[in-house]
Amino acid sequence: MKIGVITFPGTLDDVDALRAVRYSGADPVELWHADHDLRGVDAVVVPGGFSYGDYLRAGAIASIAPIMTEVVAAARGGMPVLGICNGFQILCEAGLLPGALVRNAGLHFVCRDQRLRVDNAATAWTGDLAEGQEILVPLKSGEGRFVADAPTLERLEGEGRVVFRYAGGNPNGALSDIAGIASENGRVVGLMPHPEHAIDTLTGPSVDGLALFTSVLKATAAA
Amino acid sequence: MPKPEILDPQGQAVAGALVRLGVDGVADVRQGKHFELEVDDSVDDETLHRIAGQLLANPVIEDWVVTRA
Repeated sequence: MKIGVITFPGTLDDVDALRAVRYSGADPVELWHADHDLRGVDAVVVPGGFSYGDYLRAGAIASIAPIMTEVVAAARGGMPVLGICNGFQILCEAGLLPGALVRNAGLHFVCRDQRLRVDNAATAWTGDLAEGQEILVPLKSGEGRFVADAPTLERLEGEGRVVFRYAGGNPNGALSDIAGIASENGRVVGLMPHPEHAIDTLTGPSVDGLALFTSVLKATAAA
Repeated sequence: MPKPEILDPQGQAVAGALVRLGVDGVADVRQGKHFELEVDDSVDDETLHRIAGQLLANPVIEDWVVTRA
């Protein structure tokens, strides 16, 4: 099982994402933003950071990078894709996930260990979690407030596509406490907090984040 | 510009700063972006709108207008 992790100029969390893939038991594969090549991977992680310096809007330039045209095509064909933080912003800008991420209410960059409630354990990236379970992972973002228009929000809620919700207080003013959402087919998931930083108690607040990376192994094996 | 229904905390911060400067009467501030493009005559309005909608603005959260100088 090969899982690719994309590096853009300005990406910060690709190394941790690669490590999380390795911890899960899969083979990590480095993907480069300027390539049109997914190198035969079975799933893709779009990691966090400040791709292209967040110029224009967070994720806007990265969403049209050469590698992303391949990711968008593969995702439309059912390949699992996980967007974390800046990766979530990129997937929204690329049109793989609805809505947008904008400046935190209160303007402050938020950096803390954040409790999340799992609201959908049926996606490609959450099968090893349980619905209603709470997990603890780091959150570190200045533009993490999820917004969408009313019909989109209603659709997300109605179809059970809110995957993670902030628990114990909303850190950034996100609509309906939304921390992460899924595509219609549950193969593409984006979230603002960082599961790849919570895979080892040496450096993280828990090992809860590893479940996302182990989940996708079963999802790709089953597909 | 951010759509009217999108909360604009940066604009609100500017509005707060104006009050601290002693400026009265500014009810609201909204912050947006302005792009100036130098284009050939061959670039028509339709192309400019496509540029605005596909790259410069995010239609999910922003409205835009295209004007020629």
